[in-house]
Amino acid sequence: MRTRPPLAALAPYLWLLVFFALPFALVVKLSLSDTVLAMPPYAPQLDFAAGSAGLKSFFAALDLETYRRLASDDLYLASYFSSLRLAGLATVILALVGYPIAYGIARCSDGARQVLVMALILPFWTSFLIRIYAWIAILKPAGLLNQALASVGLPPLTILNTEAGVLVGLVYAYLPFMVLPLYAVLERQDESLIEAAEDLGCTPTGAFWRVTFPLSLPGLAAGALICFIPMVGEFVIPDLLGGSETLMLGRTIWNEFFANRDWPAASAVAVALLVSLLVPIVLYQRQQAKVLGR
Amino acid sequence: MRTLATVLTLAGALLLAGCGDKAAKSVSAPSTELRIYNWSDYIDPELLAEFTKETGIKVTYDTFDSNEVLETKVLQGQTGYDIVVPSNHNVPRYITAKAIQPLDKGKLPGLENLSPELMAHMAAFDPDGKFTAPYMQGTIGVGYNEAAVAKRLPGVKLDSWAVVFDPVNLAKLKDCGVYFLDASEDMYAVALNYLGKDPNSKASVDYAAATALLAKARPYVRKFHSSEYIDALANGDICVAIGYSGDVLQAKSRAEEAKNGVGVAYFVPKEGSQIWFDVFAIPADAPHADAAHKFIAFMLRPEVIARASNYTQYANANAAATSLLDPEVRDDPNVYPTPELSKRLFVTTTKDQELLREVNRQWTRVLTGR
Repeated sequence: MRTRPPLAALAPYLWLLVFFALPFALVVKLSLSDTVLAMPPYAPQLDFAAGSAGLKSFFAALDLETYRRLASDDLYLASYFSSLRLAGLATVILALVGYPIAYGIARCSDGARQVLVMALILPFWTSFLIRIYAWIAILKPAGLLNQALASVGLPPLTILNTEAGVLVGLVYAYLPFMVLPLYAVLERQDESLIEAAEDLGCTPTGAFWRVTFPLSLPGLAAGALICFIPMVGEFVIPDLLGGSETLMLGRTIWNEFFANRDWPAASAVAVALLVSLLVPIVLYQRQQAKVLGR
Repeated sequence: MRTLATVLTLAGALLLAGCGDKAAKSVSAPSTELRIYNWSDYIDPELLAEFTKETGIKVTYDTFDSNEVLETKVLQGQTGYDIVVPSNHNVPRYITAKAIQPLDKGKLPGLENLSPELMAHMAAFDPDGKFTAPYMQGTIGVGYNEAAVAKRLPGVKLDSWAVVFDPVNLAKLKDCGVYFLDASEDMYAVALNYLGKDPNSKASVDYAAATALLAKARPYVRKFHSSEYIDALANGDICVAIGYSGDVLQAKSRAEEAKNGVGVAYFVPKEGSQIWFDVFAIPADAPHADAAHKFIAFMLRPEVIARASNYTQYANANAAATSLLDPEVRDDPNVYPTPELSKRLFVTTTKDQELLREVNRQWTRVLTGR
């Protein structure tokens, strides 16, 4: 450890600085700015030529006005909770759908496993947008799903442009991110543990709930967080599959940015979202540290 | 690590060299490429091919479907686009922000062909056409599936905004699909006008009344979107849409081409509606402004713009082009409004930031039903 060159030790911090801290600082700066009708559409601008006086007037012009506006309008809070609810709901569905898939794959023979994992990942070689558009074709009123339902005499379903449509899209798009961590944990499990449990009088179901499931919890937690965090800020899926009543933060940020041409407000919403997501991100990292430490 | 740094430095140097090269070229030699950012489904692709054949300028053509997206991109700068196509009411914002450059009228023969009456509408937004040249104009109205609406609204005369704003009518149309534009300023302008108020009102009570009207209609609206309705109408997926004239007429043409038995029609409501102008503008930092002028001059030719209108089914402001149009386009009052209808058309004005924010806030409440 001691002989590690200092540059390599700094690398992760450099990475964080360049790809996280600096962009975040820029967004925070934007959120403290004001909108103006100019290019770019916000002020103040940092004037390097003016030296320290420029720096001083720059910082003097920053204020918390945008955050005050966010706090005074309950639409933002409503949008935040609606995002959390939809992402949470999708995470639960993902766990319910993803667990049996991961468990099934882990129980297969070596060759079959490789094929199944490949089958899980393969659709991701197609563009994300095309896959979501495919869902539009499936779910639209005269789409494949309703044609299939009609052919067996069932009434049509309205899924496209509703919250159900958003959930379908989220679960579909994030499924591998739930299945793969679960699979990684389940596949590594020592089968002799199950044998031991059964030798000691456990039924197969009992052995699953007493041995397999508790041991797979780290994978479940990792999968849930990997899915939940990006889903809260998801924009494309609610925009394409959701209805106009689907209120999600990704859309709120889009609206501020484009409809209102209000970069500071869009940035402030983004900062608020990130800060509120830091809690699950930190939880996730601790979880990872635990798994890796094992 | 050192190799990586070397590679990065080299790559950076190459990039810089490349940029410098390009900048130097644009001063001396005429540009050989042109990047256009225009509305979706808004040009005959053959015209672009002809322009390239004639001038040798390679055209990159990207599309957007809302003024909001366009303005955000252009105001951010360095879009790389040489021509953008904003609508009339947004033009003053671009001018104030110094986001677009004055046109070099010496390079634009054909400006004299523009109809003075129509250009008078633009005077409030861009006096003397200093910054912009018109592309197409159109109205906002109601597009509908003839058979589906006739079945659901028997005996209702289809000539009023009440078809799409009155909940009694909407309740009967809900099952087959109603689309509204997701364009707050356009929707508020027509809603205010329907309520008998000034479509360019600055009073927040007026907007509150319009919000109430739109909120009552909202439960019956399947989606708010500014371009999906074209295909949806053409495929028979929906039966009514508030939309832009040419878009609805394109839906009609597509349905006819597909021979799918869907009859699409359009009307401008008797209460009046918005007429808008989409104009060519050159961003202040356009890399190929010379090519942009050539393209605008090309589109100002009567025979070219006539073909453009035949394709998009939007009217143009080029008086010399009118006689060259397909008769079914020229004689369609939905494309070229009758003088009587023209009297009921209004243009929208530019909103200040406070009003814009308030309107969008109320619009979000309409969309989300809160």
